[in-house]
Amino acid sequence: MSTVAETQIKLTPEHDARPGASVRSRLQDLLPKIVLAPSFAATIIFVYGFILWTIYLSFTNSKTFPSYAITGGRAYQRLWRWTFESDPPSSWYTSITNMGIFGFLYIAICLALGLFLAILLDQKIRGEGVLRPIYLYPMALSFIVTGVAWKWFLDPGLGLEQTLHQWGWTSFHFDWIKNKDFVIYTVVIAGVWQASGFVMAMFLAGLRGIDGEIMKAAQIDGASTFQLYRRIVIPLLRPVFLSAFIVLAHLAIKSYDLVVALTSGGPGGSAWLPSNFMYEFTFKRNEMAVGSASAVIMLMTITAIIVPYLYSELREKSR
Amino acid sequence: MLRKLLIGTALATSFAFSAHAADVKEVQMLHWWTSGGEAAALNVLKQDLAKEGYAWKDVPVAGGGGDAAMTALKAMVAAGNYPTASQMLGYTVLDYAAAGVMGDLTETAKKEGWDKSVPAALQKFSVYDGKWVAAPVNVHSVNWLWINKAVMDKIGGTEPKTFDDFVALLDKAKAAGVTPLALGGQNWQEATMFDSVVLSTGGPEFYKKAMNDLDEDSLKSDTMKKSFDNLAKLVAYVDPNFSGRDWNLATAMVIKGDALVQVMGDWAKGEFHAANKTPGTDFLCYRFPGTDGSVIYNSDMFGMFNVPDDRKAAQVALATATLSKSFQSAFNVVKGSVPARTDVPDTDFDACGKKGIADLKKANEGGTLFGSLAQGYGAPPAVANAYKDVVSKFVHGQIKTSDEAVTELVKAIDDAK
Repeated sequence: MSTVAETQIKLTPEHDARPGASVRSRLQDLLPKIVLAPSFAATIIFVYGFILWTIYLSFTNSKTFPSYAITGGRAYQRLWRWTFESDPPSSWYTSITNMGIFGFLYIAICLALGLFLAILLDQKIRGEGVLRPIYLYPMALSFIVTGVAWKWFLDPGLGLEQTLHQWGWTSFHFDWIKNKDFVIYTVVIAGVWQASGFVMAMFLAGLRGIDGEIMKAAQIDGASTFQLYRRIVIPLLRPVFLSAFIVLAHLAIKSYDLVVALTSGGPGGSAWLPSNFMYEFTFKRNEMAVGSASAVIMLMTITAIIVPYLYSELREKSR
Repeated sequence: MLRKLLIGTALATSFAFSAHAADVKEVQMLHWWTSGGEAAALNVLKQDLAKEGYAWKDVPVAGGGGDAAMTALKAMVAAGNYPTASQMLGYTVLDYAAAGVMGDLTETAKKEGWDKSVPAALQKFSVYDGKWVAAPVNVHSVNWLWINKAVMDKIGGTEPKTFDDFVALLDKAKAAGVTPLALGGQNWQEATMFDSVVLSTGGPEFYKKAMNDLDEDSLKSDTMKKSFDNLAKLVAYVDPNFSGRDWNLATAMVIKGDALVQVMGDWAKGEFHAANKTPGTDFLCYRFPGTDGSVIYNSDMFGMFNVPDDRKAAQVALATATLSKSFQSAFNVVKGSVPARTDVPDTDFDACGKKGIADLKKANEGGTLFGSLAQGYGAPPAVANAYKDVVSKFVHGQIKTSDEAVTELVKAIDDAK
């Protein structure tokens, strides 16, 4: 015991006797913090600061410009009332139901299609090097380009329908993009086309990471191909599912530009998503308070999805 | 940390200001007239100013369009960095004036006699609290029909004088196998057409009460219901593919003879001119049936900001040049609109322009010059957009009957007030 105490006593003066080294080591300790400080500060101000700012504004009576006097929750009352106005649908009702339809279909179809394509590509086929980028490249396009291209393709007077009519199939009819009840599904089509290749690449990487021995063992045990994927491969891909889900969920929520480019809001505003609603009210209608309130509700919705996910992930790690 | 940031920002701003102090011979202009004809028209103003020794500097706006420009302007004003002037529409000018950031051009206005030459209805937007804060550039009017003359001759049509005439004319076109009505199914186009329908159905008094004064009894009256019914009648004559179409594509349908008529503001004339068509021989411009004698207008303004003293001379020069008769004539001939002052000679204008100028003068004197609600000159943007929502939902079938439409209209406008 006494030796330990002695060494400790000895160590301390020695440490102090070399001030140069101490400054340098302290600097080395600090260096990561100094390097990170600007981006940390920027995040604090521009993300969290502005979240608080938006929450604050949503309780004011801000119109064209921010006004600072708190006037209560009128913006939320209006949104709450609009939530239940389904006939005729209020813009907010349209936006949130569209978000539900779009979010669910977009994520589900992208995951299913991505997994299916990845499994097909994983069969050690020839020409995989050519096929993979073909599916992956749509992801390199911006939502605007995707939107405009699909707008032309789906337009009954320009694209698919017109072409098939010219080829002689005159009874062909596909006017979803002009139809208030179906326009949101065209947004799903364009979105899926863009993102499914990326999801495929994620799954492909996951499939390549699965140990071949396990597969062989299962085959020796007499598992059919279906059972092999159903019981072994897909459960092993669980982390990929989670990553893909998070990527797709945030793409779905921010796909404002896709709606604008593809449908310019749809017939009678029937293709709006909450992000369109937020932009429209804040910047075009000069109702900043309502716009802010809708942004806060979007944030809370995202939080309600992300927090349980983070919680379960963190709990698993600590176990 | 925060204090340092603030000091830094303050320093940067003061540097920016001191940099400006040297640039007194410069006009900083925020606008979104960047395409072909409009840019050429604005060039006239640039040259006028250059003659007086003022350089022109565009304030860059990413992304074109008016929305992006307004977002940029908001940011500039919030940062205290005002442009000399900005292209602005209707209530935006008043919003900024209420925020106390607009300049005062009353002296120039007195000297140039704007009070007398600019229509009173326009002054509602260019004068705030007795002070001139903006220089109107033009007057557009929206109650026009644009008709392809070849198609009109083919079906043997004549100028429709009443709404029923108009429907009969559309029937003729339908029987001849052309699309009768070219419409772009975007909410502002539908609402712009509905402005004319309301004026035609209810007359000038009713239009003013319902669409400018937002009188609730008028809004839910039977006349309003009839207006919606009339709108439904017109919408029956559009092609099935109209939804989401841009306005200039609808104009192109009329130019090519695929459609007979478009109801659109006089900016559509620019498209006819670009296609080398002449009024009277290739296309016809009539007032929307039943609205002759009244003008539903919107107007582009140059809002003048409260710039530091050393930049005021440039601002005055810009405002004076903007409202000079030579520029008003030269610009509006190209733009398709009519001058914002009623004493500009119409010699350089085409037949439609001459009619537009005469109509504006008559409407100004007769008190039948009304702001377009669809274009944001009848009510503030929140109300105008609520109105566009209702009209568009009616056109596309989310709102099914005219009864429901007026109920929704009253509710939406009430909500947005």
